[in-house]
Amino acid sequence: MLDALTHIGTLHYLLVAAILFLIGMIGVITRRNVMIIFMCIELMLSAVNLNLLAFSRLWGLHGQVFALFIAADAAAEAAVGLGILIAFFRNRTTVNVDEVDLLKW
Amino acid sequence: MALAAMFMMVPSPFGAVDYRAGAPMILLTLFALGILCVDLFLPASRKQYSAAPALLGLFAAGLATHEIQRVLPANGDALRGFFGIILVDPLAVYFFYLFLVGAALSILISVKYLEIERENHGEFYALLLACVVGMMCMAAGNDLVMLFIGLELMALSSYILVGFLRGNKRSNEAALKYLLLGAFSSAILAYGLSLFYGVSGTTNLAVLCDALTQRMEANPHDPIVLLAMLGVLAGMLFKIAAVPFHMWAPDVYEGAPTSVTGFMSVSVKAAGWAMMLRVLLFGLAPLRALYVPTLVFVALATLLVGNLAAITQHNLKRLLAYSSISHVGYMLLGLVASDGVTSRTGIKGILFYLLAYTFMNLGAFTVLTSLRRRNIAGDDIEDIAGLMQKAPMEAICMLIFLLSLAGIPPFAGFYGKYFIFLSLIETGHYALATVAVLFSVVGLYYYLRIANAMFVRTPATSEPVTVAAGVNLALIFSAAATIVIGLLPNIFIRAVDWSVSVLGPSVAQLR
Repeated sequence: MLDALTHIGTLHYLLVAAILFLIGMIGVITRRNVMIIFMCIELMLSAVNLNLLAFSRLWGLHGQVFALFIAADAAAEAAVGLGILIAFFRNRTTVNVDEVDLLKW
Repeated sequence: MALAAMFMMVPSPFGAVDYRAGAPMILLTLFALGILCVDLFLPASRKQYSAAPALLGLFAAGLATHEIQRVLPANGDALRGFFGIILVDPLAVYFFYLFLVGAALSILISVKYLEIERENHGEFYALLLACVVGMMCMAAGNDLVMLFIGLELMALSSYILVGFLRGNKRSNEAALKYLLLGAFSSAILAYGLSLFYGVSGTTNLAVLCDALTQRMEANPHDPIVLLAMLGVLAGMLFKIAAVPFHMWAPDVYEGAPTSVTGFMSVSVKAAGWAMMLRVLLFGLAPLRALYVPTLVFVALATLLVGNLAAITQHNLKRLLAYSSISHVGYMLLGLVASDGVTSRTGIKGILFYLLAYTFMNLGAFTVLTSLRRRNIAGDDIEDIAGLMQKAPMEAICMLIFLLSLAGIPPFAGFYGKYFIFLSLIETGHYALATVAVLFSVVGLYYYLRIANAMFVRTPATSEPVTVAAGVNLALIFSAAATIVIGLLPNIFIRAVDWSVSVLGPSVAQLR
């Protein structure tokens, strides 16, 4: 039991990643500010990266390369996201998702 | 200098086969970057000229694809490139052609539309080509990393295309919704992919398939595999807008520029399907017993929601969005019926459906694009009322597209539904086949509601409908294709047969 607590193994990383992913997911669902939703999505992608890095301890370099690609993708997504958010803010002066309500049914 | 010399000394690991297999993507990328450069030198009033190099790029990529198709039989029906991360086989070639035609028709209808919206920029065409590159990576990806990056390239380009009308509140809102939900679903997909890497130690689809076979023999209800599969399924079902991951589709289709909506409803959806087929039939084949029950539920929910919600719509773009959701329901049933090994009819049905759908749905959106005039949004059912009096040719083409969408012979849409229903009956899914047929009757109601508005009612405004040359060309081409595919299906059935020939016993051979 003590050994499981003191020795940090792959499983611990995976648990942290799973918790991080869940926090991000709950954040996306419950938060109302678009900026915070973006941050939660980044959190989810970080969890994916942590997962890949932890697994690459077992399997070798492939996971680390995948993680690099996901990091680049997250950056591109943030850039596009902020661009769209600025265009939205200019027309509507809000970043609250409850006010994103022109299109429905 | 020293660094450059060092790079010169390292021999390139890639040879002619790599570049031949990747030629369509490489060409399109070069053209997209070229358009961005040329666009800098065009005066503001001449930005629409960028459409010409874009069309030229699509044509060049088409020639490169044709070249691949020509050499395929000599290479055992598969060209592999870049350490096996892309696998160009008949299935990929089929999807390449589909994407190229969809993109070309979308460019034709975009030129005039963007001019009316006063958002004529060369970037539009560069983004459209980048989107097609992403789709090709999804269709030819043989590696989880490649598939994911292709998906994201397509998704990021399409987020920008949806929000292209910067001053338009509805376009802004559609882009924001699409981006938030799309990024959320990609994160879930990525988590699923990371777990698949974890259980198998590989990102190659064929090796993943072997590893999963062993793992499923050891424990058929492995919770990690189940979690990974659900994550990957959710991400892919989002892209094809299947219930319960469809909420974005009506909003995004309504808010996006009409020509982009047309492009998204056919090509982006086809790319989602290409990735679905790649992942589910090649990589996750050992998990078939686990994912089929999920797909049955999703397919029935998609048919129900898509068809019933479409009945009450007044906005034509929204109506076609719900109708496109219901079409996904039929295609999912094809995947339920056929696994590609013992039965191929369903997969054949999906491919034929996507071919017919590209022409008939893009054709319907072409008509909607021409309804957009200076002061008229042109996406309400009132705007199409009395179209027969104003523009008879458009009205008749629209009728052809609507009948084809409803699945009435002798138009193309009939054969898509025919093969799907046939596959369900061949594999003994009689209840599912009955439900699907009943839902296609519901579909007839809302398609004919549009036809009723066009032919029976009188026009709401006296503003004339003028059709630009590019729109006219796209319209005639789509209508002709819808009729020709319907009247001479044999040629196209042979093409589909050829592209599904990679499935079944040869999947094992490909490893």
